[in-house]
Amino acid sequence: MSPLPEFASLHNGTSLPWSQIPEWSGEELVDLTAGKLARGGRLCAWFGVPEARGTRLVAVIGMDADKTLAAARSEPLRGSYPSLTLRSPQAHLFEREVREQHGLVPDGHPWLKPVRFNHGPAGAREFFRVEGDEVHEVAVGPVHAGVIEPGHFRFQCHGEEVLHLEIALGYQHRGAERALLGGPHRATRHQIETVAGDTSIAHATAYAMLIEALAGTEAPLRAQWVRAIALELERLANHAGDLGALAGDVAFLPTAAACGKVRGDFLNITAMLCGNRFGRRLVRPGGCHYDLEPSRAARMREALGAALAELDRASAWLWNASSVRARFEGTGPLSSAQATEMGLVGPAARACGLARDVRFDHPAGWHRFAPVAVSVWPGGDVFARARVRWLESRRSGELLSQQLVAPPAGGIRADAGRPAADALAIALVEGWRGEVCHVALTDGEGRLRRYKILDPSFHNWIGLALALRGQAISDFPLCNKSFNLSYCGFDL
Amino acid sequence: MTMFALETVAYRLLSGRQTMAYPDGPAPALPERHGGGLRVDGSKCSDGCAACVSVCPTEAITVGVNDTVALDLGRCIFCAACVEACPTGAITQTNDHRLASGRREDLVLGSSGAEEVRLASELDERLRRLFGRSLRLREVSAGGCNACEADTNVLGTIGWDIGRFGIQFVASPRHADGLLITGPVSQNMRGALEKTYAAVPQPKIVIAVGACAIAGGPFVGHPEVCDGAAAVVPVDLFIPGCPPHPLTILDGLLRLLGRLSEEPRV
Repeated sequence: MSPLPEFASLHNGTSLPWSQIPEWSGEELVDLTAGKLARGGRLCAWFGVPEARGTRLVAVIGMDADKTLAAARSEPLRGSYPSLTLRSPQAHLFEREVREQHGLVPDGHPWLKPVRFNHGPAGAREFFRVEGDEVHEVAVGPVHAGVIEPGHFRFQCHGEEVLHLEIALGYQHRGAERALLGGPHRATRHQIETVAGDTSIAHATAYAMLIEALAGTEAPLRAQWVRAIALELERLANHAGDLGALAGDVAFLPTAAACGKVRGDFLNITAMLCGNRFGRRLVRPGGCHYDLEPSRAARMREALGAALAELDRASAWLWNASSVRARFEGTGPLSSAQATEMGLVGPAARACGLARDVRFDHPAGWHRFAPVAVSVWPGGDVFARARVRWLESRRSGELLSQQLVAPPAGGIRADAGRPAADALAIALVEGWRGEVCHVALTDGEGRLRRYKILDPSFHNWIGLALALRGQAISDFPLCNKSFNLSYCGFDL
Repeated sequence: MTMFALETVAYRLLSGRQTMAYPDGPAPALPERHGGGLRVDGSKCSDGCAACVSVCPTEAITVGVNDTVALDLGRCIFCAACVEACPTGAITQTNDHRLASGRREDLVLGSSGAEEVRLASELDERLRRLFGRSLRLREVSAGGCNACEADTNVLGTIGWDIGRFGIQFVASPRHADGLLITGPVSQNMRGALEKTYAAVPQPKIVIAVGACAIAGGPFVGHPEVCDGAAAVVPVDLFIPGCPPHPLTILDGLLRLLGRLSEEPRV
């Protein structure tokens, strides 16, 4: 008899019976996970499943080089288990979350502060503190100066220099995961679309993939094609907006003004497809709500060409201005070792030279037929993060120009079917901020008994905190914009 | 650097004015699949039919005493599931971008004379004299998903240029004439919202933008949220949508300030 596998291996957008996920003691699961991460794995998810006899831990590891996902679980645990963070720092926030959501304590974790304060009033907070005569503390938020979401930033400074930044979130907590339990409900699709409203397509696609995987169905190819197109439009709008906002933060107004407008043009192209600038109601389990007919595709392609040309021109001004480069280069640097160690994803990771992109590493849906090159830039500073966005915008534009004239035949909607009982499914989608990961577990009746949502922001906020170390506090807005992470996607 | 300056100046000259003519000219068209506001003709409801009630994700539709439906546009996230489900055409879409209302109850559609939203009237003379040509707003996102925030932000871009109406978003509540609130008001933001409201000098106005800020949106009824801004602060203007189109938000602001020459409904 062959030994049991340590982990179940599955592909993006597939499901397995819950009984086929290998079960270990808490200590063994931590050991095996730490070993897998040390051999090049990436922690996609680490969460608890509450049961009568305790909380089971579930580990989902991205084996990017193999294009597979590894999953394992623990037996029901009570009290505590040995912390994974001590062996693999990328688990730090996951374990804080497990502690907050289930009361299960990772023994030896260095900083078990609540993640979202969803069990009591936000406020009474303890911050890491630097002591010293000339050290001072700066507190910002939750309400910020711009039209943006709330969060609290606590800086430990020596003069202008930031020694340490702690980011305290939770203000946006709306109970998104809890509301999904026992579902899918009527409101589920809409709650998923608003997990992070600027990432509606990516989250809705991950959800649809899960429901289809659990039911053993697949959306029609044409719907997968429409989803891929909408996903790139979402990326273009946000990347264009970020390039403009970065220009604005260094007072470079020509690009700020042009990109502000062109961002709206991309949103309007999404609205040509589905009526809503953020892609609401487009993606649903079983397919898409709206078809993309040839005449509509032609109009979208025309509008896209004009918007891409404007983006090209506006970003050329940005790259050619020495005053911009002087502000971008060397600001908010992260090393590729830091990015690997903390498990960063998306443009923030690719700007540290890491070639990780779900569309390439774990292709699902239409990305199996329309491969995307990974846009990487070394350096890890604001310049690199801006540059990666620009590279990706160009590649998204190229992909869209090719895809809009190459529709697959067939229908746009099929019956999604009923989710199977007692099954686990995993879906990854490369949203514009990075890896969107959804994991669903059904009960004996096929209802959702656990639904884990991971917005890329969950991985990346720590990247911003690290990037600020040793920087001038006045560069915080610029650094923050270069990550542009989601508050509500984190707070759930 | 000289080349760059010449190029951007030349580009500006060539591209000309990029700000829309609205409200002096026609409003930009809504996207073809947008649908605009909803219209409810209760007289078309057939006896005992509740097809729309069971498909609405936010429970925005209820059946009243005379078997006619009441649709609360404040709760509505404009998914149009009811429009598709209605067998008699009692609920239809109007393609009208105008949705802002000054009173919460004016967003409830269905009974006779209330087939469509009763649009907001302008501020009283005293407030209009104060704010009509210069309105400074502090935006507070309180559980918002960043879509209402984004489409509020877009009003500051060159295409919309909200500054031409004297409307500006400011960094401090002390500099503001009022608040523009997005999101269902999470319990964790309630205190911050109360403090921000208190910091705005009198007289002040409050604008709730989007289904969440009006009634909780897709998160209505969650214990983690307050089901909208009105639970915490008095609201003077409700702008429905999920998110509202920028044109809908702008229409609401201009309507409140009395800056629109009213045209009849089409």
